Amino acid sequence: MVYKKRLNNRGFEETRPMEAKVGVIKRADGSAYFKFGNTWAYAAVYGPRNLYPKFLQDPSKGILRCNYNMMPFSSSSERVRPGSSRRAKEISMVTEKALLPVLNLEEYPNSVVDVFIELPETEAGSRTAGINAAAMALADAGLLMKDLVCAVSVGRVDDKLLVDLDYSEESYEDGPVADIPIAVMPNSNKITLLQTDGLISKEQLKKVIEMGKDACNKVYAVQKKALKDKYNIKGDIDV
Amino acid sequence: MSKLLVNDKEIVVPGEVLAEGMDNLPGIGTYRDGDKILGGRLGLTNIDGRTIKLIPLSGKYAPKTGDTIICKVIDINFSGWRVDTNSAYSAMLSIKDATSSYIQKGADLTQYYNLGEYIVANITNVTSQKLIDISMRGPGLHKLKGGRIIEVSPYKVPRIIGKQGSMVSMLKQATGCKIVVGQNGLVWIEGDPDKELLVEKAIRKIEHESHLSGLTDSIKKFLEKETGTKLGD
Repeated sequence: MVYKKRLNNRGFEETRPMEAKVGVIKRADGSAYFKFGNTWAYAAVYGPRNLYPKFLQDPSKGILRCNYNMMPFSSSSERVRPGSSRRAKEISMVTEKALLPVLNLEEYPNSVVDVFIELPETEAGSRTAGINAAAMALADAGLLMKDLVCAVSVGRVDDKLLVDLDYSEESYEDGPVADIPIAVMPNSNKITLLQTDGLISKEQLKKVIEMGKDACNKVYAVQKKALKDKYNIKGDIDV
Repeated sequence: MSKLLVNDKEIVVPGEVLAEGMDNLPGIGTYRDGDKILGGRLGLTNIDGRTIKLIPLSGKYAPKTGDTIICKVIDINFSGWRVDTNSAYSAMLSIKDATSSYIQKGADLTQYYNLGEYIVANITNVTSQKLIDISMRGPGLHKLKGGRIIEVSPYKVPRIIGKQGSMVSMLKQATGCKIVVGQNGLVWIEGDPDKELLVEKAIRKIEHESHLSGLTDSIKKFLEKETGTKLGD
């Protein structure tokens, strides 16, 4: 069988419906959620705040700590058990590395910025939804940032290249599959996250990354709108 | 050819291009990359001649020299008191800046300011490593006894104070409470318990409606309704 048409009638370069909102967690310094279809990520940012134990402090810059967590009821697959796992730790680490290039942490010596990403519902693409939510939450927390970060997964199913794989595509069994989450800084167009799971040729990879960058611009538009909507309340603002 | 891409008082996100070309200057909260000026945070644009700057709308308090803040004593050592400033950094109040009178060497420091007590202090210095020095010498700087502390966004503090303190005077007049507003987003209220709660309610209303015009009138109406008395001008 050849994969001719996406199972859910999406175009090959089309993402699942996206939805975002900023300021969803009252007690956090910054918060947001981001949805890719059925994948739903919440992010809450606390800080910059005091960092203890003291040996973790860095006098030249603040540090970023990310914590990715799939809620125990978020999916039916084997991997979802309460608490941390090797996979959650790895995703926390890559999320941190994807977000660090945009943050100006030199302004916050000896302190920490904590990012908590919680996923109440997951169906593939959870780390990219998490990064999108976290980038918005960091901006909402008023941190000094050079840019936002937009992420989307791209990949190949059989001989087709496509954007934002869902679970049915990730687990396609009649041909080779590659799942490639990427994160991009939309204004400088630089990549901050690139992982690959599966088989893909060099030419295909190059092409699919370009498709991912285009999709990231769509993500950026959604993020930007959500951030502006929180503060752009009608009425004249005087400062 | 230079081009300004944003209007005054527009909300921008980090990385958004504000201007192209070299005719404009990057102000606070923005940065230059090549011939572009980009937003360095989430904020409101303020265009002043050629300079574009961003006014922050959210976030934690960033300590600044000259600010009057409300802080809590968290530790006492040989040289003075360490206080929490409601930011990422604690501040140091040294013995010589603690009171207008002389404190004897070896005196029991807890009799001046004890652990857990709140004080109104002035920031005298902030270093690059964010070490903060505060002083209690000056008019209106004192220990806060009784009352309650509420937390507000530090970026809404100018609204709560109002033009030349008009808003806070109105709150005081309407409720008879003593109110101190710290620039770090802590507000101390002391008075009749019912009235303290009314002040808190009014402050939450100010926070919520801070962007609307006619804020003073709307708060005045609210206070008149709640207290049942007419307020003068």
